[in-house]
Amino acid sequence: MAGVLIGVVLCAAAILAPWLTPHDPNRQDLSAIRQPPVWMDGAWDHPLGTDSLGRDLLSRLLWSARVAVTVALGATLCTAVIGTPVGLASGYFRGRLDTFLMRVVDVWMSIPAVLLAIALMAVLGVGLLKVILAIVLVDWTRFARVIRGEVLALREREFVEASRAIGLGPFRIMAEELLPNLVPLLIVLASLEMAIAVGVEALLSFVGLGVEAAVPSWGSMIAEGRGYLLVGWWGMTLPMLALVVTVVGFNLLGEGLRERLDPRLRTEAAR
Amino acid sequence: MLLQVKDLTVRYGGHLAVWEAGFTLGEGEVLGLVGESGAGKSTVGRALLRLLPEPGRIVSGAITFKGRDLLALPEAELRALRGAEIALIPQDPLAALNPAFRIGLQATDALALHRGLSRREGKGVMARLLARMGIADPEDALRRYPHELSGGMRQRVLIAIAFSCGPSLLVADEPTTSLDVTTQAQILRLLDGLRSETRVATCFITHDLGIVAHLTHRVAILYAGCLVEQAPTETILTAPRHPYTRALVGSLPLDGIMPALQGPPQACPFSDRCPERMAICDTAHPPLKSVGAGHQVACHLY
Repeated sequence: MAGVLIGVVLCAAAILAPWLTPHDPNRQDLSAIRQPPVWMDGAWDHPLGTDSLGRDLLSRLLWSARVAVTVALGATLCTAVIGTPVGLASGYFRGRLDTFLMRVVDVWMSIPAVLLAIALMAVLGVGLLKVILAIVLVDWTRFARVIRGEVLALREREFVEASRAIGLGPFRIMAEELLPNLVPLLIVLASLEMAIAVGVEALLSFVGLGVEAAVPSWGSMIAEGRGYLLVGWWGMTLPMLALVVTVVGFNLLGEGLRERLDPRLRTEAAR
Repeated sequence: MLLQVKDLTVRYGGHLAVWEAGFTLGEGEVLGLVGESGAGKSTVGRALLRLLPEPGRIVSGAITFKGRDLLALPEAELRALRGAEIALIPQDPLAALNPAFRIGLQATDALALHRGLSRREGKGVMARLLARMGIADPEDALRRYPHELSGGMRQRVLIAIAFSCGPSLLVADEPTTSLDVTTQAQILRLLDGLRSETRVATCFITHDLGIVAHLTHRVAILYAGCLVEQAPTETILTAPRHPYTRALVGSLPLDGIMPALQGPPQACPFSDRCPERMAICDTAHPPLKSVGAGHQVACHLY
């Protein structure tokens, strides 16, 4: 429930950012740097205060949500689109194809994800699409691996044999018999993937290899606020809070959906 | 002859599931494949569709269907046969239906694939078939999901799917084991009615001699992957020759368990449990011998 709420609020913030924000997120006002939030005797003009360049924190937080949501949706969609067919083919055909694909996945997963993402960004250069590409390249293996495991179990089910017995070919069986039965798992995987994508985007922006400097992002805000922690703690803490709440929210969403959609985990309380 | 199986041998890795089994099936004929669990009867049934579960392999032998060698057929041509010419009625009707789809969609797959019917036309054909099988409101049944139907209804659906494209060979793999006794009787009557109307040759896999007595023309008894006796149903029930068949028909208790073959049998696989065991039983595998009209038995007694 909390996960759904956080998700809805985040999406609303992302979509409505241009209308909700009191200021241009990039407008500097050097006469009003490091203004405190209202509850610390700040002015209502900047409800969450300003950063070291006098930019409105609330506006920047809301605009950052756009980056977070775009990266979460884009990266998740692409990882699913790449990982699912790999997992399906690997699990359904078994044999040499399976061995080959899973060894590729093994090798891929043995490279530390963060290092790989940073290295990719260093090569690709900064930008929103490049962040999404880097996350997809790092994380498609997760989908492939989990989907393969589920397909291995599904393919032994009798309805798959029954479909083969009426003459359906392998691609129709994968697309029409197996894929619909993977939907609950895909939904759960997707929500967890969104949490990971948001985290990785923040990390890349934090080290300066994420989105362009002109685009506000929680990661870069944390990096900028870091230097002024003692004189204006809100500059770093507020974007961190937004990031943590978002990641926890997507994780809660995934867990909640898993309980809802997986009858094996369904408890009395969840029902 | 519609179907001819010769010296069929199937291996699952290191386990020999079927050893040189052979039988024939004429048009409209019903053959009962009888044996205990693990005797290889389902394996024979799956081999007829070339749908053996991993790691099953047909090692040797020949399956000729309507003059075509099924074992040499490319996968695409085999798919054109499955569901159209050779149909399977699976064992567990709930597991055999895809939980994610309504009955109407999955029941018309075969008609759409082999007969080129639209879903709407397919549902019409299905509804008529289901109505003939005693389903009161077939349109409603087609709108439901598998879990919303009773076991008997589900099995009727699967039988209707098997018959929908007018196959000439039917493999019925214990189609009633998952049902309760009264439903079993209904389903068997329906199945037999449809079968005699359509004159489809049937390979009926079962361990129930009562079913065999009512539905089949001929019976083949399998033991540890070997065909031990084959005869007209009447003969099997009244004058069984193999000691194993005699024990089955007379419901006699047998000590010990059925062995699992690793390689070609060097002795009679039944010798350990046989009440009439002789010295030769442990040193030579008995070949199938003809002992009467259409009656063959693999036993050193004859």
